Amino acid sequence: MNIYVIMKRTFDTEEKIQIENGNIVEDGAEFIINPYDEYAIEEAIQLRDEHGGEVTLVTVGEDEAEKQIRTGLAMGADKAVLIEDEDVEDGDPYSTERILGAYFAGKDVDIILAGNVAVDGGSGQVGPRLAERLGINHVTSVVDISIEDGKATIEKDVEGDQEFIEIPVPLLITAQQGLNDPRYPSLPGIMKAKKKPLEEMDLDDLDLEEEEAEGKTKIVSRYLPPEKEAGRILEGEVDEQVAELVSVLKNEAKVI
Amino acid sequence: MLNKVLVFGEIRDGEFRNVAFESLAAAKQIAPDGEIVGVVAGEEVQAEGKKLFHYGADRVTAVEHTNLAHFTPEGYTQALKAAIDAEAPDAVIMGHTALGRDLSAKLAGRLNAGLVSDAVAIEMKDGPVFTRPIYSGKAFEQVTVKDGLLMATIRPNNIPALEADMGREGEVASLDAEIENLQTVIKNVVKNTATGIDLSEASVIVAGGRGLKGEEHFKMLDELADVLGGAVGASRGACDAEYCDYALQIGQTGKVVTPDLYIAVGLSGAIQHVAGMSNSKVIVAINKDPEAEIFQIADYGIVGDLFDIVPKLKEEFKKVVV
Repeated sequence: MNIYVIMKRTFDTEEKIQIENGNIVEDGAEFIINPYDEYAIEEAIQLRDEHGGEVTLVTVGEDEAEKQIRTGLAMGADKAVLIEDEDVEDGDPYSTERILGAYFAGKDVDIILAGNVAVDGGSGQVGPRLAERLGINHVTSVVDISIEDGKATIEKDVEGDQEFIEIPVPLLITAQQGLNDPRYPSLPGIMKAKKKPLEEMDLDDLDLEEEEAEGKTKIVSRYLPPEKEAGRILEGEVDEQVAELVSVLKNEAKVI
Repeated sequence: MLNKVLVFGEIRDGEFRNVAFESLAAAKQIAPDGEIVGVVAGEEVQAEGKKLFHYGADRVTAVEHTNLAHFTPEGYTQALKAAIDAEAPDAVIMGHTALGRDLSAKLAGRLNAGLVSDAVAIEMKDGPVFTRPIYSGKAFEQVTVKDGLLMATIRPNNIPALEADMGREGEVASLDAEIENLQTVIKNVVKNTATGIDLSEASVIVAGGRGLKGEEHFKMLDELADVLGGAVGASRGACDAEYCDYALQIGQTGKVVTPDLYIAVGLSGAIQHVAGMSNSKVIVAINKDPEAEIFQIADYGIVGDLFDIVPKLKEEFKKVVV
């Protein structure tokens, strides 16, 4: 099977966010593979091990993403592609859709796996947008998948409910937490990953004009929420604390 | 100037989700003098569709088809595309739910449209400026759609719905659309949210962490949530320890929630959890460790033994909740 994973380099979820001149400060921050993309990579590896074929990781981003791509290769993916998008104006999910659309044009795809959302931008748009551009089906928020005879059997999480779906390939799915337990790269895996092919390309290589990938939306400002002040610790015996809490929630905060 | 806004009203189990009405309010904000057209889709949705008039719709259109009995991205995209072709709106708004997130992105792809996902507030300048959380609420950005059709999804529980005006009524028009070539076959659906209150829409959430010390103790939180008509959530630690299902996880991985009241029970307040709930209106923390980080962001805190406090709290709430 031709298996592709769309992955993104993101801030570590343990990181605090700082903003200077309207931009997110990246200096000194730790970066990781977007956690939802890790599930996608793990599932891709398992599908390949069962059905044969190759897993290709595809990232749209900057050079720095090589570190996270190598981690994905160390987990067991076969090769990777890094598409640079630095020159795209107002890059947004539409831009990524267009860039990935150009990359996948004419490729023989069985399945594309992506994360359900990226923990930075958090729109969850790119997966369904890309499937639409490629004219293939998609299922979001997948927690179980098996493929047999060109047909995928899927369990999808819908806000806590389970939906059981059958759908033919080619197909794009987005991975939800619970799909699997992503493996840690092994030491031999890390050594091997250094030699696995990583192809770097830009929009010219894809025959895509920068204007075609220009974003449809524009970010006008970024800001941090006001710092929350530490609140009030209630004093006294448990019965008193409980009574006071219920009283303030009802009479002061008015939330019950 | 936006002259016409199309609002998709999501119906679940035969009834509108509240965010459908909130979406109408959002439409009014971006087009105060424009026409608001509500759209519903499903197998039989005409009767329910009338409610959109009460909450601000000027007209309502129903796309009904047996192939729309259950949500599939392809089926609902065809339905919405038909409505958009018929109405030629300037903007399309819907709720940022599991369905709305999926549908809006595919539809935006089909229409080559700019889409702002998960807006929590709208300001009118030259045009609408949408505020949306990034990094799961650790920061915010303000976004505009540059040109062409404007699409946005709004997060439940943030933009208040207009007060229902039962005097506003109308007939729900019917739109014939081909809903065909669907390849997604839904074999079965298992409902797990017994209370029917989804975390993203709940106005009260009781969330547990590792301090609960076991699956059996999560029942205590269910009971407390029941009294308040709320939903139960959990920290990643509690999910990893298998005290509860991952569907309950709140945080940067997991759900991002903004209830009126968030009661954090026996959870430490790790940054990745806090990202998912820090924008709740009022936060209560119950933890035996006075140094727990959760107290840094809590409005009210009780330091003590949750196994003693939670049952007492339940009884006290019972006295005041009608």
